Order: sequence, then C-alpha cells, then structure tokens
Amino acid sequence: MLLEALIVLLKAGFIVTVALTFGAVLTWVERKQSAVMQDRIGANRAAILGLRLIGLFHILSDAIKMFTKEEFTPERGDKFLHTLAPMLSLFFALMSFVAIPFGDALRVGGRTIDLQAADLNAAILFVFAMVSLGIYGVVIGGWASENNYSFLGGMRASAQMISYEVTLGVSLIGALLIYDTLNLQEMVRFQGHMYGGWIPRWGILLQPLGFLLFLTAGIAETKRVPFDLPEGESEIVGYWVEYSSMKWGMYMFTDFIEMTLLSALATTLFLGGWQVPWLLSDGFHFPWGSVALPHVVVVVLQMGAFLLKVSFFLWLQMLIRWTLPRVRYDQLMAITWKYMLPLSLINTMVTAVILLAIR
Amino acid sequence: MRIPQSERELTFWERIYLPEVIRGLAITGRHFFVNMARHLAHLLGFRNVPKGAVTYQYPEERRPISPRLRTLHRLARRADGSPRCVACMMCETVCPANCIYIVAAEHPDPNIEKYPLRFDIDLGKCVFCGFCVEACPEDAIRMDTGIYDFAAYTREGMILTIEQLLSFEPAPYVQVPPQDRAADPGPIDARQRFGVSG
Repeated sequence: MLLEALIVLLKAGFIVTVALTFGAVLTWVERKQSAVMQDRIGANRAAILGLRLIGLFHILSDAIKMFTKEEFTPERGDKFLHTLAPMLSLFFALMSFVAIPFGDALRVGGRTIDLQAADLNAAILFVFAMVSLGIYGVVIGGWASENNYSFLGGMRASAQMISYEVTLGVSLIGALLIYDTLNLQEMVRFQGHMYGGWIPRWGILLQPLGFLLFLTAGIAETKRVPFDLPEGESEIVGYWVEYSSMKWGMYMFTDFIEMTLLSALATTLFLGGWQVPWLLSDGFHFPWGSVALPHVVVVVLQMGAFLLKVSFFLWLQMLIRWTLPRVRYDQLMAITWKYMLPLSLINTMVTAVILLAIR
Repeated sequence: MRIPQSERELTFWERIYLPEVIRGLAITGRHFFVNMARHLAHLLGFRNVPKGAVTYQYPEERRPISPRLRTLHRLARRADGSPRCVACMMCETVCPANCIYIVAAEHPDPNIEKYPLRFDIDLGKCVFCGFCVEACPEDAIRMDTGIYDFAAYTREGMILTIEQLLSFEPAPYVQVPPQDRAADPGPIDARQRFGVSG
C-alpha cells in the first residue's frame, strides 16, 4: 500500500517536473527560435562567470527578476481573488497533465506500473474539464483587478476560450468514434497497430481534418498568436494588466504549460502518443525483419518518442506564433462559429457514416 | 461591420486561408533551417559559410560608420594647441535647439579678435542637425569624432565643456572597400540573401 502511494507520488512528481521544465525552457525557446527565424541571435547576455551557454541563463535571471520585482495589488481590487486567480490558472493547467500517458506499462519486479499519473476512464473529458476551469483564472484575474480594461480583457478572453472550446471538443468526436474509447492510454494502444504491416495507424492519418481543427482550436485555446487577442500587447489591454512580479509570471507560465499540454494532447490523440513505429513490447518488428530489445530499453525509447513528438509540436506552435499576424476580433469569432464548428460537425458526421458502413 | 475591400478579389484558395498559412510557414521555416544549419556549421568550424544571423553584437561589434555621419562635436585646435574658435557666436545663433553657450574673451594676439572662455554644448538639447558646423567661418567646430554612444546619469552630465570638446580627436577615416561591403551581411541585404520576394 505504501509502495503504491510512493509510485503514484513518483509518477505525479515526474509529470509535474517535466511540465514545469518544458514551461521554463519554452521561455528560452521562444526567444531563440524567433531569433533564428528572423536572422537574429536572440537573448544571449545573461552569464555566470562569463559563461553564456547560448542564453540558457536567461531562464534563471527571469525567475530572479520576477520573484524580486514589486508585487502590486490594485487598491480597490479584491486582494484575495487577485492573488488566487493566477494560481487557479496554473493549477488547472498542471492538473490536466495527470491524464496524459507518457509510456507503456513498465514491468519491474513482478509489478506492472502504468506510466500515467492517473488511469482515468474518461481521461479526455477530465482534460477538457480542467481546461474549461482554467478560464476562471482568466476571468477572475480580470475582474478582481477592479480595472475596466482588464475586466473587458477578461471577458474577451473568456468569450474566445469558450467559443473555441466548442470546436476543440467537437473536432475530437470523429477521433473518439474511431478509437471507441475515452481513455487516453487505450487510444495510444489503438494507434500502435499497423496497416499492411508498415503504415502506423496514427490518428493524423485517420482524421486529418479533425487534427487541423483540433490544432487550430487548441492554439486559440492557449491564447497564442494568431489568436492572442486576450493579450494583444501592441493594441489592446489584456486581463493581466494589473499584474506584476511572479503573479504575472504565473500567467505567462500558464501559457507555456498550456502549450505543452496542447502538444501532449495532440501527440496522444493524433501522433500515436508514446508509440514508436514498428516498436512492440519485445523489440522492433520491421516489415523486413525483427530486432529484439530488452523491456527497459523499449520503455525508455517510448518515453523518448513521446517527449520528441511533444517537442515537435512545441516547435510547430512557435513557428506558427512567429509567422502569422493577429486576426481581428470579428474574424476570430467568424473563424470558429462560421467555419470551424460546421467543419468539425461535418467531420463527425462523415466519420460516423463511414464507421457505420464498415462495422 | 463594413470591411474595406482590397483592390484584388482573393481567390478561393487564398480565402480558405490554409494554403497561404502553409506558404508563410514554409518561408519562416526555411529561414529557421537555413540559419540553424549555418549556426551549426560555424560551431563546427566552417568559417567560410555565411553567418546565420545578419545582426551585429552591438557593444563589441559595430557597423562601419560613414565618414559623413554627424557624431559628437569637437573643437579643432591651432598648431600651438589653442582653440581655432574665435567666439564669433555664429554657431550659438544658428543653433535651432539653443544648446550652445559661449563666453568670449579678448585674445592677446591682435590678429585674432576673441577666443572662447567657455564653450558648452548641452547634448540633452542638441538635435545633431550640423548647422553649427555649416555656420562656422573658422572650421573650428566639427562633428567627426565617430562617438555616438554618450549617455549620462544626470542632465548636468550631458553638458560638454570646452576642455572636453578640445580633447576629442577626429575618427580615423576608414573607407569601406567595395568588396567588403558585398560581404557585409547588413540588414538591407537580408531579403536578397535568402532570395525572398515579398
């Protein structure tokens, strides 16, 4: 019993550590990748004893800066809610990670450990519930600041997030119909099979439209460019205008954690999760021959594949973020309600009809 | 809401947005991979590969400045080291920012009328128009020191006195050879370098 609890704690600790590390490193990636895309060098001045390490110390200096800056709470604002709001945002973003499977079952000493913090039967619903609750952090943050601009910013952000959540959910129904389960681990196992022995049965091949809609809605849900109207620092005032120091840092961190979450979800649902093509639990099975591998190596390879796929999606999101211009608010609403939602409904219907014909 | 029409109707493929998004991502993605490859090549010691970034690392690396660039003022000296300035007040009069303050005094040499006892330039006010240089009949005030990174913590610190103005030397005249200009990956050449149109 004690051992079980320890294992669960270890898994949760691992997930939180990985998520937070991704969030921290993403602040560096954002600067560096944008710089490389724009023929620049990027932030490289933070140094320890003259050692610059391609700007990686900026993560550290950012943290020191944000923890030591003046923490400001508006005089007429609600102090309790103002402090609570960024914590809610970060908490719900991190909570969603417990449902993400990051590897196949690990067998150690006659014990089978599912590499997933919580084996939930309705994992995908849990994730969506947590993402929805994350809106409260934004709305409360805007409201508790007692500032009309941040209040409107919070309203605008919540309107956007709720609108895109509809598409985010509906775009997945097609995939859920195919997988025939709400359990994320089951979905990943489903994607481990091959077509004709060599094409992996990944969700992106079965649901290309669903994938595109999910990724677009997901970027809007994480409030990133081209859908970053809640923030929109160059022209409008966002919900976090009254925030400073680490309270603001938590909002910023939430964005990066949510990006990681979106990448992990997209990987799990559409890119085979921890599956490595042709790698089964006892080794590689290529169409032209097999290579046997010990169990531990297989598990490590699978976890590495998961992290690699997540990193790829993060790279892609950064590429999109530093390429596209921001949409207008009426365009933002038109895109989801007039185009993406009908498209996802059509996608669902077509998938259902095809499945009905096959099964 | 009324949305202004652009001159050209968008085609169907442009209106569905996705192909254009992918085209844009291809451009930025190409920049990313080309630059990454160049950074890597430099890291591995291939120095003849073009640089991965077109920027200058400013305090250490500086772009060559044009000899015509108007930089910090200086007062030219005679052969004996005394200022060439005759305190005629032309520059003080022409200055549109009123940043020059001169106190004149009688010069012992009867061939020279006056000399400046004080000659202050308030850089906090100066707009670097160069009118003082144009107005000077003695070619005494010049803006050729090549210094452009002056800053101070106080307003008083921005005021240059005659001693400082006399101590500056002209910047060495460096003509950038044409072939070096071609190799200089300045920001102007960035588009051409990647063959990017638009």
